[in-house]
Amino acid sequence: MSDFDKTIEEELPADVAAAPDPTPPEERGEEVTYKEMSPLRLVLRRFFRSRLSIVGLVMIVALFLFSFLGPVVYSRWGEETVDRPDGGAITELTNKYTHNDVSQLGDGVEVEEVIEHVSTDNLLAPPSARHLLGTDDKGMDVFVRLMYGGRISLIIGFIVVILETLIGVLLGGLAGYFGGWVDSVIMRIVDIFNCIPTLPILLIASATIESWELSPDQQIYVLMAFITLFSWSGTARLVRGQILSLREQEFMTATEVMGLSIWRRLFKHLIPNVMPQLIVSMTLGLGSVILYESTLSYLGLGVQLPKAAWGTMIATANDPVILQYHVNMWLPAGVLIVIAVLGFNFVGDGLRDAMDPKAKK
Amino acid sequence: MFKYIVKRLLISIVILLGVSIIIYTLVRLMPTDFLTQKYAAQLQTNPGFVEQFEKFKEMYGLADNSFGGIMSGYFQWLGNMLKGDMGTSFIYQKPVSSIIGENMWISFAIAAIATVLQFLIAIPLGITSATHQYSVRDYATTVLTMIGISLPTYFFAAIVIKFFAMDLGWFPNTGLVSPSKDFPATFAGTMAKIGDMAHHLVLPIFVSVLLSIGGLMRYTRTNTLEVLNADYIRTARAKGLSERKVIYKHAFRNTLIPLATLLAGILPSLFGGMLITEQVFGINGIGGLAYKALQQGDIPFIMGYNMFLAVLTVIGTLLSDIMYSIVDPRVKLGK
Repeated sequence: MSDFDKTIEEELPADVAAAPDPTPPEERGEEVTYKEMSPLRLVLRRFFRSRLSIVGLVMIVALFLFSFLGPVVYSRWGEETVDRPDGGAITELTNKYTHNDVSQLGDGVEVEEVIEHVSTDNLLAPPSARHLLGTDDKGMDVFVRLMYGGRISLIIGFIVVILETLIGVLLGGLAGYFGGWVDSVIMRIVDIFNCIPTLPILLIASATIESWELSPDQQIYVLMAFITLFSWSGTARLVRGQILSLREQEFMTATEVMGLSIWRRLFKHLIPNVMPQLIVSMTLGLGSVILYESTLSYLGLGVQLPKAAWGTMIATANDPVILQYHVNMWLPAGVLIVIAVLGFNFVGDGLRDAMDPKAKK
Repeated sequence: MFKYIVKRLLISIVILLGVSIIIYTLVRLMPTDFLTQKYAAQLQTNPGFVEQFEKFKEMYGLADNSFGGIMSGYFQWLGNMLKGDMGTSFIYQKPVSSIIGENMWISFAIAAIATVLQFLIAIPLGITSATHQYSVRDYATTVLTMIGISLPTYFFAAIVIKFFAMDLGWFPNTGLVSPSKDFPATFAGTMAKIGDMAHHLVLPIFVSVLLSIGGLMRYTRTNTLEVLNADYIRTARAKGLSERKVIYKHAFRNTLIPLATLLAGILPSLFGGMLITEQVFGINGIGGLAYKALQQGDIPFIMGYNMFLAVLTVIGTLLSDIMYSIVDPRVKLGK
């Protein structure tokens, strides 16, 4: 590219080559009637003009700070620490009583019972300065668990969305670019995955994962793989549709004339043109992955206790007593899910409007 | 057109085969084996029972969990399926097709009412927020409906149950009929029973409508905005037509075109039941039954349910493509 430029510059007469005057128009005394802006700046300008996208961005940033920085700043309780006010001391209660069983010998038997009693955990505590949102039914701090649950949800969301985009771009790109039998085969596979009902199959899959007896951490990774497996088909379809129309355009004919390799044409010239739509679908996809993950956790098939997850925290509301009298245990988790999904939806919508080339300024 | 439909149907068969292989394999790998759950007590107390248990397993076709065993189980299932026999449910000891047939209607009733309400609310909302773009009204409806999309079903159901069923006590929170009430088999008794059921269904329908308005409303809004920028709308305004006429006569009809594609999604949700909503509200629709079947490893029912959904999805997609070519003559089918 740079070599090419240089040769042109050498061949041209000096005054023509220097034609684009580097001094800005204002300094040359011309009236400025336009403002130059890079496409990225245009998009950003349009994005920040919409109030909803700013609100969405603030929500997401706040959520990130809360779940990743929160536990560092507020380290009073750990994710799985049970609050035992007197340090979990074991008290021995001795209980003496005379057992009068007349049928056996007729004599009374003196029984001395020693009951080991682990000091009372601070269960189901109401919100206070000690526990900002109270404790749950196992004596763990709800506020701190919200932060750790946020970590899990956000991490799973991002990894799944990135993975499914990679798979979708690869398969959708191949199908759209090559057409013919490659397209038919890939699109039939996409159709198959599209027809599988997502929630039931994820329930089946997570029940299967449970039987493999992995550690809770490994389980989360396998769960991510499964969510990816059953959600990439939409991305593949989107990419294929875009590429089908893009490959007929002049700039693609030009790359062919220049003799570029297929991979270069595909990944350097076609895929970058699909990026706007991809970024929008990734942002919106983040919300739906978070919803799936929390639904699975709610049904007891996602992130396993004692690890914290928003879904499992809401699941405690299945107990009517907790539903009615311990709102602090389940309501905040649900509010955070709404904030996360809503934030990504707002940002996604804002990006879609901002990147739409048909939109005015 | 006819040729196109036949071709699509043939492709659908291939798709359904693929779907069934994937689901069957996963279901067989599930740890919750129906028999192990059912006979857990006997297996623990009676060591001699193991032999009989193995025989049961063979009878149910669950003995061999190797690759070959699963494949032969699959082909057996497929063979019965082709003969129109969806198998017998392990839990209910009845043919799967009759269970789906019996319990589908309550799910269908909920979904049908919810869908009608959803359209009645979402389309006018979408149109007003498009005609008043960037107004307070637009922002308010957008934010509220987006919150609806972002709410997890079970969480919203929990709030609704706490508030309307427990605090206010207006509606019952679970089931389809009040267990304590007895309805005589007379006309008045039947009417009272239907009234009782309607009372029970208010909350589930409320939840599912509120959570699904958002998608349709956003869709209508985007379409209306696009249509309002079209040349023929400018022409209509230039002719001096009233704004009412421009919007409801010229714009509205054209916003309905893309809505035809929504058929693809509506069909499965109409007949397939709502797994989470039915489970939370304790309604024995097809979704609630499917959740129980999933927990207990009732393979024939899980297969039947999932294939039912897959067939509905395939038909829905085909119908929406055909509908699209009918409402928009520029779209040509086949290729």
